[in-house]
Amino acid sequence: MHEMALTESIVEIACEEAKKQSATRVTRVRLAVGQLSHAEPEALTFCFAAVAAGTLAEGAELSIERTPGAGWCLDCGKTVPLDERFGACPECGQYHVQMTAGDELKIRELEIV
Amino acid sequence: MCTVCGCGEATVVHEHHAHDHHHHHYHGESLDYGGGLAGVHVPGLSQERIVKIERDILSKNDAYAAANRRAFARQGIFALNFVSSPGSGKTSLLVRTIKDLAGRVAISVIEGDQQTSNDAERIRATGAPALQINTGKGCHLDAHMVGHALETLKPAANSALFIENVGNLVCPAAFDLGEAHKVVVLSVTEGEDKPLKYPDMFAASDVMLLNKSDLLPHIDFDVAACMWNALRVNPKLEIFTVSARSGEGLPEFYAWIEASAARRIGAAA
Repeated sequence: MHEMALTESIVEIACEEAKKQSATRVTRVRLAVGQLSHAEPEALTFCFAAVAAGTLAEGAELSIERTPGAGWCLDCGKTVPLDERFGACPECGQYHVQMTAGDELKIRELEIV
Repeated sequence: MCTVCGCGEATVVHEHHAHDHHHHHYHGESLDYGGGLAGVHVPGLSQERIVKIERDILSKNDAYAAANRRAFARQGIFALNFVSSPGSGKTSLLVRTIKDLAGRVAISVIEGDQQTSNDAERIRATGAPALQINTGKGCHLDAHMVGHALETLKPAANSALFIENVGNLVCPAAFDLGEAHKVVVLSVTEGEDKPLKYPDMFAASDVMLLNKSDLLPHIDFDVAACMWNALRVNPKLEIFTVSARSGEGLPEFYAWIEASAARRIGAAA
């Protein structure tokens, strides 16, 4: 549900950056959205067209790269893949895993004209 | 027009006669963000090129939150962000806390709801200053809204500020408001697996209030299982089992508020 607010923030940052670069249009926005983050890529895409309308980013394509989740298992003493936030270690089954990757919500780069 | 950010999004609503003002100066007791489409407004100014920016999507909100946090630190204000699903008893808890702490801790309140100023009115009935923010379709408060609310509410130095977020166990977890701590309120009528179903909120919070404990004799609710679930998501979570109705468990929570607020005031002095 809060993807609308996130999308507004994406469009605002993209337009700000485009203006700084004296661009007339944003043609693509590349995001990195972690697999364990709280944002849903489909919802971001859905909101993007609506929010970008009437801005420099109108009609821009939104590319979303999903970054995989990982965590440090305190019991195994190593980094393990994690496909669920606060999930168990896939090797020992314990929940003593600190998330180390997969939480990001970032604008990586813009393509501008 | 807003002096901080140049925005013109909120409509100021007088308590009895609603007017539309496209600026942020305070004339009433509500800020309404639901009056129009959220404004994203940038006029246009060539070669296609790629610009690496690597910015957090939430960086805008986080900058506003940092500004709020600095303001709180300067003035010794201890800010708590109360989050929960609708109906967990947040407002009742705040009303009781304000009454019980009267004369011990000065408290002001920012109320967040999609519509109505019912909650702010309930708080004002206790004598504490309260400002209602209506988010319209918005599902959470953000740091920008809270920054504006501070301009109008002007909480006293060396006081406590309670921010009651929109009742929603999902979205408010992602938005830092500049608070010292998020306090998640869960009531015993909601089911002990909520921390596992909505883990982000329990991970983002430092304190959990397990409310409506007076109902425990009448329902099947496993307090230990609930706590275990919450601690699985956040091992550092501090948990108080309380009842806003009977007052049980609240003295421990009050002691925590007083000690934490005293630390803030000490740091600002």
